[in-house]
Amino acid sequence: MESALTVRGPLRSLSLAIAVFSLAACASSSSSAGERLSTPAPGKDARVGLRAGLMDAGQAAWNLRLVANTPPSEKFVGVTNSDLSFIGHYVIQGNYNGFEVWDISNPARPTLKIGYLCPASQSDVSVYRNLLFVSGEGMGGRLDCGTQGVHDSVSAERLRGIRIFDVSDIANPKYLANVQTCRGSHTHTVVIDPHDTANVYIYVSGSAPVRSPNELPGCVKAPPDSNPSSALFRIEVIKVPLAAPQQAAIVSSPRIFDSLTEAPRHAEAPEDIAAAAQAAAAARARGGFTASVSGMEYVLPPQFIGPMLDSVVRTRQGTGAPTGADSAALRAAIQGIVDALVGATPSGTKNGVRPGPSQCHDITVYPAIGLAGGACGGYGLLLDIRDAANPRRIGAVADSNFSYWHSATFNNDGTKLLFSDEWGGGGAPKCRATDKPEWGADAIFTLADDRMTFQSYYKMPAPQTQFENCVAHNGSLIPIPGRDIMVQGWYQGGISVFDWTDPAHPKEIAFFDRGPVDSTKLASGGSWSAYWYNGYIYSSEIARGLDIFELKAGPLVSQNEIDAAKLVHLDFFNTQDQPKLVWPASFAVARAYLDQLARSNGLAAPRVAALRRALERAEKLSGQPRRDALTQVARELDGDAQGAGDQAKVRMLATAVTDLANAQP
Amino acid sequence: MKKPLPQLGVRGVLAIIVTTAFSPAAQAQTDSGGSPPSPRPPRPPYTAADVHFMSGMILHHAQAVVIAGWAPTHGASQSMRALCERIVVGQRDEIALMQRWLGERHEAVPEADASHTMMPGMDPSMMMPGMLTPEQLAELDHARGTEFDRLFLRFMIQHHQGAITMVNQLFGSQGAGEEEGVFRLASNIYADQVTEIGRMQRMLAVLVLQERNP
Repeated sequence: MESALTVRGPLRSLSLAIAVFSLAACASSSSSAGERLSTPAPGKDARVGLRAGLMDAGQAAWNLRLVANTPPSEKFVGVTNSDLSFIGHYVIQGNYNGFEVWDISNPARPTLKIGYLCPASQSDVSVYRNLLFVSGEGMGGRLDCGTQGVHDSVSAERLRGIRIFDVSDIANPKYLANVQTCRGSHTHTVVIDPHDTANVYIYVSGSAPVRSPNELPGCVKAPPDSNPSSALFRIEVIKVPLAAPQQAAIVSSPRIFDSLTEAPRHAEAPEDIAAAAQAAAAARARGGFTASVSGMEYVLPPQFIGPMLDSVVRTRQGTGAPTGADSAALRAAIQGIVDALVGATPSGTKNGVRPGPSQCHDITVYPAIGLAGGACGGYGLLLDIRDAANPRRIGAVADSNFSYWHSATFNNDGTKLLFSDEWGGGGAPKCRATDKPEWGADAIFTLADDRMTFQSYYKMPAPQTQFENCVAHNGSLIPIPGRDIMVQGWYQGGISVFDWTDPAHPKEIAFFDRGPVDSTKLASGGSWSAYWYNGYIYSSEIARGLDIFELKAGPLVSQNEIDAAKLVHLDFFNTQDQPKLVWPASFAVARAYLDQLARSNGLAAPRVAALRRALERAEKLSGQPRRDALTQVARELDGDAQGAGDQAKVRMLATAVTDLANAQP
Repeated sequence: MKKPLPQLGVRGVLAIIVTTAFSPAAQAQTDSGGSPPSPRPPRPPYTAADVHFMSGMILHHAQAVVIAGWAPTHGASQSMRALCERIVVGQRDEIALMQRWLGERHEAVPEADASHTMMPGMDPSMMMPGMLTPEQLAELDHARGTEFDRLFLRFMIQHHQGAITMVNQLFGSQGAGEEEGVFRLASNIYADQVTEIGRMQRMLAVLVLQERNP
């Protein structure tokens, strides 16, 4: 197939036809391959050693079934597919040449509604009502959507920022407006302010260098220390008036990174931290001064402390040796003094470089809890977004194993936050057997009282070849009630579905992978994003088009859990604007909880069996008798909770059954 | 702000198909040779400044890989070794990427052997911004333990800042950085190294504080 695709000239359409034909063959054969691989041989991961090929690569699947693979349409073949957004029964797939709209009424046969040619990298896409937003960052994006690029280093024709389309008629998008930004838009996040229904907001993230002020007036490359108007160290917030989207404009540029000196956790090697803590404890026992920097403790030497004690004496206009009160006063202030010392730029700020992130790569907002997770340079930030136009930083973490913080995902109840590290930028092979499992991975934090606490790393576990670009990338929650399950794209590492309910022990429960695009060299490909939307998993394959998957039932995920997940229906979905998942009252939800209790032994097996029978009986009834039967089950469950291994889950089940009783007509 | 969308001419559509349809994977670039007939001359896909950036950055990275490789033999702390290991792996992969990019375009591919950038009296034209001088290299090579950590951080911050300068020079050049592979790599280097400079400055601040210890 690779050789067919390199055929030039008139043979091209023939090669495309062959490609489409073999894809159909792949799709139809995939389910049998999936069955065969659903019990991988012990000791060997089915993803290792897959045959290379662009459209005929070997495949491995476990608990996932490939429902359809659809190659890009003509104008988008060979050009990078990027992120996905969903509205109604359409998925919009970004591409460096523009975007494609697929009708997914029948997920087994997606059909192209329109391929809209309008080049810009990365063409990150989002929708809201009748509006489509597209990110432009590369130097060749044009205001007029032309394909000829922009060759001048300063040009009035260049678009770097957000394009806005009216997609009221999705087959005929109308290009309404642009909002240009100083660093372009690598990604963006649509933010819906529940208190402001007249507008929608967009947080713009861009990691590329600042453009010339001759191209976009007001863009300042210098750091904020020398020019307060600096385009560095800030994000942009665009306000889009829904009644007049063409008036969209930047309304604020919050400096959410200012004075970012909070001691990052988990930032030093554990042995260093332990040794330093020991030394500090010993010094304190001798009456010495210590302070903590970036999570590590330091003994402060006499030549550092002496002059400070003297100044405490002078401050109270005293003379002579410092008293015990002077020491106590300094002891109380010393951490602040050290923070100020370390927070200050320790060495040169040449080239506009100073510590701390100068931009975010991506921001995920969760308006239902008023928070956002910002993946910003070397930090994971927690933002208060209750005032959508003015996000405020309330927490920060760093991690010595993280290279470049890429994106964030909350669990549904907002008690956990997962950040990913796109080590190597997505174009490099970071899943080789020699690459550490904690590098280029996800880091999972628990979240309580606005504080993030590191728990563990998760990395797609199968080693990939040197010819496969692979690192943590975009994913979303799968709405299985009672569990935190996520599906994630790992570029040519494929798709990994994992359970992070226990944040300290994330565990893979399903996967799909193909062999490398090319067997002789690294050629870019793989899953850019893998998202659950209304019952299916959609994956944007950089080189191979749109993949659609179904989750298969098995010991790790039950049919009831999948049925319950499929009950969650969204009218539209932008992954970085995380919706609160709510399940309608249903027998599937109750049975999903029961399955979980059975799997974890959270409730004695005979009770689980009895409850299954009780639910079955209730389901056969209707009206008041069904309501009475369910109320009875809920009452029994309240009693069960006392002695259960997993009391919380039993209570969730009781609530689900009560909701079900109340929902009966 | 309203921009009416112009009709995209047949030529424009053809141009984009011609430049993209035949590539083996998701590269917006075809290899040279056997170009199909085109209704107009294809635009130059990259510029001399792009080539200069890619080849210069190979030499630049090569030096970083060498000195970061000294950490285990020079008594660096555990944190420093982790940082150095990531620099070695990360920049080695980027060197491979840049060599591939140049090779696919039949441009001269510099060796990533840094030895010729390590010698006293080396060719000054090979000195990219921020690279360590022979004197700095010797000083670092002689350092051990905390002294190595401190010097390494100082020199590697300087080295990374040089890479930022190279990216800024690239984007300041006419027509440069437009080719997708170059844009992506340069943007990644910019973002990664700015991030890493922050990390190293924090580590350096901590060392400076420690040094006041008796």
